[in-house]
Amino acid sequence: MRRINWFAWLWFTLGALYFVLPLWGTLIFSLQKRRGVLSLDAYSAALGDPRFVETFVFSNFMAICTILASLLLIVPTAYWVHLHLPRWRPVVEFVSLLPFVIPAIVLVFGFIKLYSKPIVLLGIPLFPSLTTSNLSTNLLLIAGYTVLSLPYMYRAVDNGLRAMDVGTLTEAAQSLGAGWWTILWRVILPNLRTALLSGALLTFAIVVGELTIATFLARPAFGPYLALLGNHRAYEPAALAIVSFLLTWVAMGLIDRVTRGTRDVVAGSH
Amino acid sequence: MAATHTPPARRRLTWLGLAPFFLFALFFIFLPSASLFVDSFRSPEGHFTLEHLGGLLQPPIPGSYALSIGVSAFTAVVGGLLGSLMAYALTAGNLPRWLRPLTLTFAGVASNFAGVPLAFAFISTLGRTGFVTALFQDLLGIDLYDAGFNLYSFLGLSVTYLYFQFPLMLLVMVPAIEGLKRSWREAAESLGATPTQYWMRVGIPILLPSLLGTVLLLFGNAFGAYATAYALTGGRLNLITIQIGAQIRGDVLRNPNLGYAMALGMVAIMAVTLLGYSWLQRLSERWLKDTR
Repeated sequence: MRRINWFAWLWFTLGALYFVLPLWGTLIFSLQKRRGVLSLDAYSAALGDPRFVETFVFSNFMAICTILASLLLIVPTAYWVHLHLPRWRPVVEFVSLLPFVIPAIVLVFGFIKLYSKPIVLLGIPLFPSLTTSNLSTNLLLIAGYTVLSLPYMYRAVDNGLRAMDVGTLTEAAQSLGAGWWTILWRVILPNLRTALLSGALLTFAIVVGELTIATFLARPAFGPYLALLGNHRAYEPAALAIVSFLLTWVAMGLIDRVTRGTRDVVAGSH
Repeated sequence: MAATHTPPARRRLTWLGLAPFFLFALFFIFLPSASLFVDSFRSPEGHFTLEHLGGLLQPPIPGSYALSIGVSAFTAVVGGLLGSLMAYALTAGNLPRWLRPLTLTFAGVASNFAGVPLAFAFISTLGRTGFVTALFQDLLGIDLYDAGFNLYSFLGLSVTYLYFQFPLMLLVMVPAIEGLKRSWREAAESLGATPTQYWMRVGIPILLPSLLGTVLLLFGNAFGAYATAYALTGGRLNLITIQIGAQIRGDVLRNPNLGYAMALGMVAIMAVTLLGYSWLQRLSERWLKDTR
């Protein structure tokens, strides 16, 4: 019964080769900075560059802020929809999927057009320009990243809420005298741990190396630094590509671990 | 979901719970895109005009759309085919069991490995001095670049995009193929069908909507991509995303409104793609439900 299926092996091998060759090639390339021998010179040069450290720390900080902003926005919303406004679910879901329709480049174009000038409504200035100070531009960046993460985060939280009985849990907590804040913090959130963690890790994977929004908002982020490095170095970019791949692997591996293979959200921003 | 017992007076205010979400969406999704769309219909003097949309027909813009659509369609179809074949190999192909979780984890990573690092990986692999380029030279005596290959061309960009397209297809198709009922296969076999006949007459037709839907998803995935293409070609390939990027950097077309119109065109194509996707998705769900 268990015959060898050559057709299956052929396609598996071709696919596996295509997966592995670029990584192998990059790895070998990244080890050749010193002529004639394999060395880790490119890694020490790339990781030791103060600009690398600065931009990498900045991007990680932005990622953490994005995850917090995204959770703060989406968890209460999804919870509220489940509990009180199930009829609104298609609308909220539709909005959460809009970032798939609006590519990052269009989004940032709109941000720049709208927020690089003061917003004036009927002659009354509502907002100053958001792109003039570092703080407000960073906030705009976080907002952009939150939009990018919206489809993934909403889906993760929504799936998590579906898996528990929100109504009963809430009523039980209420009958014991818990307020809204206590219910969210002590009852709903602990039950959502898995969903939140996988949404957060996916957001992290999308945000840390993100190029498009960071470049056009002129932020000192890791993505733009990496792109610039590619213009005038040969081996260091390869080394950082390997590091990025390992980081993505860690994030995805952790998601697999916490969700035990039930993850259904894939693909980031390209 | 059971609604909890809220007094009527409070129920009227429950919608307020969604206000932060919709305000966020208003300020960071709707208004930014709407401001682009409105101005693609507005002349510099503020009148309504279709001139900018007409401007989309002036070179080099149609070429940019065509190139973006070409790369996206090509990688969606090829990625779809390869992904389905590999999904078939993993599910129905009698491969060792341990290969499946390993491959799926790898595919999860690869489908998220995109942007600048992906471009670097392919430069190190298929660039002029890349690993595979050198392999071809040393082992087969073939100079890929003399033979007409170029990483910074349509084909090169497509080979690079496939690195995130193909695993995405794999990740969607493995559960879809697993969803095929064993009894369908047994029924086909008991009626004398060969494996090829089973796939041609039963398996593939049932999978078709989800297959086509995912191909559309891949199309959208590639169509909106900017970072990978920019890092790979430095803006030498005139994709529509690269054109819009150039437009944001400086007014290369001497007409900002034309840039807004290009963005509008992109969103329109994305919207049609995603509508097609969700229609096929619903079709697929209905087919699978009816046969249960």
